[in-house]
Amino acid sequence: MRRAPVLALLALAIAFPLVAKDYDAIYYVSFASRVMIYALAATSLNLILGYGGMISFGHAAFVGAGAYAAGVLLVEGITSAWIGWPAAMAVSALLALAIGAVSLRTRGVYFIMITLAFAQMAYYLTVSMKAYGGEEGLNLPSRATLGFGLELKDDVTFYYTVLVLLVVALVLLQRLVHARFGRAVQAIRENETRMQAIGYPTFQYKLICFVIAGAFGGLAGALLANQSNYVNPSLLHWTQSGMLMIMVILGGVGYRYGGLIGAVVLLGIEELIANHKIAWLAALLPNYQQHALLGVGLILLAVVLFAPQGLAGLFARPAPAGNGRG
Amino acid sequence: MVEGLLSVRDLSKRFGGLIATDGVSLEVIAGEIHALIGPNGAGKTTLIEQLSGAMPPDAGAIRFGSVDITGRPQHERVRLGLARSYQVTSIFPKFTVLDNIALAVQARSGSSVSFWRPRDSETALFDEARRLIGQVGLAGRETALAGTLAHGEQRQLEVGLALATQPKLLLLDEPMAGMGPEESERMIGLIDSLRQNVTVLLIEHDMAAVFRLADRVSVLVFGRVIATGDPVAIRNNAEVKRAYLGDEAAT
Amino acid sequence: MSGILILEQTLNGLQFGLMLFLLAAGLTLVFGIMDMINLAHGSLYMIGAFLASTLVGATGSFVLGVLLAIPATAVVGMLLEITVLRQLYARDHLSQVLATFALILIANEAVRIIWGSDQPLTTPAALSGPVELLPGMYYASYRLVIIAVGLAVAVLLYFVVTKTRTGMLVRAGASNREMARAMGVDIRTLFTLVFGFGAGLCALAGAMLAPLFAVQVGMGENILILAFVVIVIGGIGSIRGALVGSIIVGMVDTIGRAFLPALLREFLPPQFAGAIGPALASILIYLLMAAVLFWKPQGLFPARG
Repeated sequence: MRRAPVLALLALAIAFPLVAKDYDAIYYVSFASRVMIYALAATSLNLILGYGGMISFGHAAFVGAGAYAAGVLLVEGITSAWIGWPAAMAVSALLALAIGAVSLRTRGVYFIMITLAFAQMAYYLTVSMKAYGGEEGLNLPSRATLGFGLELKDDVTFYYTVLVLLVVALVLLQRLVHARFGRAVQAIRENETRMQAIGYPTFQYKLICFVIAGAFGGLAGALLANQSNYVNPSLLHWTQSGMLMIMVILGGVGYRYGGLIGAVVLLGIEELIANHKIAWLAALLPNYQQHALLGVGLILLAVVLFAPQGLAGLFARPAPAGNGRG
Repeated sequence: MVEGLLSVRDLSKRFGGLIATDGVSLEVIAGEIHALIGPNGAGKTTLIEQLSGAMPPDAGAIRFGSVDITGRPQHERVRLGLARSYQVTSIFPKFTVLDNIALAVQARSGSSVSFWRPRDSETALFDEARRLIGQVGLAGRETALAGTLAHGEQRQLEVGLALATQPKLLLLDEPMAGMGPEESERMIGLIDSLRQNVTVLLIEHDMAAVFRLADRVSVLVFGRVIATGDPVAIRNNAEVKRAYLGDEAAT
Repeated sequence: MSGILILEQTLNGLQFGLMLFLLAAGLTLVFGIMDMINLAHGSLYMIGAFLASTLVGATGSFVLGVLLAIPATAVVGMLLEITVLRQLYARDHLSQVLATFALILIANEAVRIIWGSDQPLTTPAALSGPVELLPGMYYASYRLVIIAVGLAVAVLLYFVVTKTRTGMLVRAGASNREMARAMGVDIRTLFTLVFGFGAGLCALAGAMLAPLFAVQVGMGENILILAFVVIVIGGIGSIRGALVGSIIVGMVDTIGRAFLPALLREFLPPQFAGAIGPALASILIYLLMAAVLFWKPQGLFPARG
């Protein structure tokens, strides 16, 4: 994607809350924050899925771990985001290191299954944490504090914080993709055996990639916890991993903004269906708004069958792989 | 006996009831082109797999230079200077020829755990890649996607990838597989040009090429080395003839 | 810990394992022969249960309802195969995962639209009484019926797969698809039939387990994961592996859930046991799977050559 549209979008994103305020639509600022957080989570998954070629069905575990880490610290009285959020990233990174060290020794469907299994283990672990809500989840006392006179409980301030973090993450991850490391990881995806044969310790590279993705997933989790003031084991359920994968494929696997586009489209569709009645659709199917997932499923199926490169793939020029697809 | 650059002692490997490698002992002397020949099913590729580190042997030892590499993983052996090419082409078809070779050059020039600097800005890396591309005879094809190359060109790239790792010893597994006479001629020329700088262990079926290139030849039959010597001696060896052509030919 | 309790839980584990086998068998065949990851397998289980519930209500007979649900679900399965799943055989695993995940979402909502969120099915009156197995030990007769049906299907499957021509074709396909195709097997029809058969098995399991577990939307997902754990442990493509794996998983899961918390309470302070016990019981089979993969990465009885 070229520079100009991206900058225009950024300008729009910066202007958005100010405009929303005027139209008394603060709810949408909150919604947009949520979208951006999921964009971050989906982008972190895209790193291992799209660029690394590792089909992990357990990414929700890292998002959830970050959410719980941030949430537990808040409940225990440590409110500074400067401690809480890096801590969330560290917890997720460690979890990714542990899970990756075991899982990455397997391939194909076994890898999918074992990442799924570990995610389920993490899920049941959070369910068992009675001290922090167990199955009911944990209500958080407040959002974290940033200092510098910035109050995160103000939705607009929170929005800008999330926006900054998302932009920084996108830039960092793009640099990574085009750096030596990213090139190596993409090549490993293409032909791991040959990469070993030319001298790359492929397991280590995949593991590092896995950990980095986990860390950014954890950051998304911490932001989610703060956004809703609530954490709950369902964040780690494998169907949540599925949702993240849907976002990535909708947006475009291995494309720079795949995660972002996917999050916007998926959450946008869900929001549209849930809260905005479309007359002719209601005439056909009276309760359609409660069946948003049906629409999601149909769209996902259509994308997989007919547009596997996702939305980004429809618009971006297919650049030779290895030179990056934007 | 001269201690070689590569020293293989009593290497063994079996798959269930099948003995693929049967106590193979072999020396490859630095600077030589050593050919490994044998009928189909003799276990040549399995031997290469064990030498390169892709497959662990059941027994035996492999020494490279002064280092015992028997237990070492493949990427470490490459770092030590032992590289291989594949009989069935194994390249990166969706990447350009330049990117293919650049990957191999990258592996040998510092760490790839580098997250910030764009790799494409490393001109030295790409200069070296272009030089190698020229060396294997693919000059002018840098920007072509590897998957669109003709079969012969892909085989050249195949060797190029291994060469780009700056090996001391190159294990070439049937580099001329599937090549026509002109392409084979080019490949022979390439291997010949390596003679002083790189030691080569060459698996080949093309006997003409073997006799033109090899300083010494070893013959592998049913996983065992039955003879080693200079090409003429091997050609006249009765046991070798029997193995290839059956009992009538030896008598 | 009484012997009777152990026996009871062992039988429960066997019962659950045999039903799990019905799902795992279909799943492993589809994966083994078509090299396809089918997440929607659990949805067929759900559809089978819902259909059974409706058919039992319509016919007034438990047995008839269940028997009719099997071919009905098989038809649904085959339609699914012909329309959607066929397009996925040539695709990569990620596409298969996502497409069949989409089918789960669609199936869940479709069922919700047609039936509502749940549709209870109760144990038939004739079978709801207990049976005295040992002096003083009573066991639900319905559960015994499940075990009997499960064993019967296992035996039937064994005969079909090892003694019949179709079974031989299926096994050939599981171990070497290209060879089977080269030998002139009509692959497309074989695939459709295998899929329909697997769907039928799912329906049987769904219908039989319905009185014990709730018939509700989303019931397929949990058992789907267990079925995948089974085939990973048992070895992809192997019916024998599916049977052994199912029994192991069924036993470990049931007995683990029943006794592990109590066992932990013997050794750990109560607040830890109370917290860790149920969690550990839930993750026991995942730990088992990870352990099996560690020592035998291809599973216990890999079918692929």
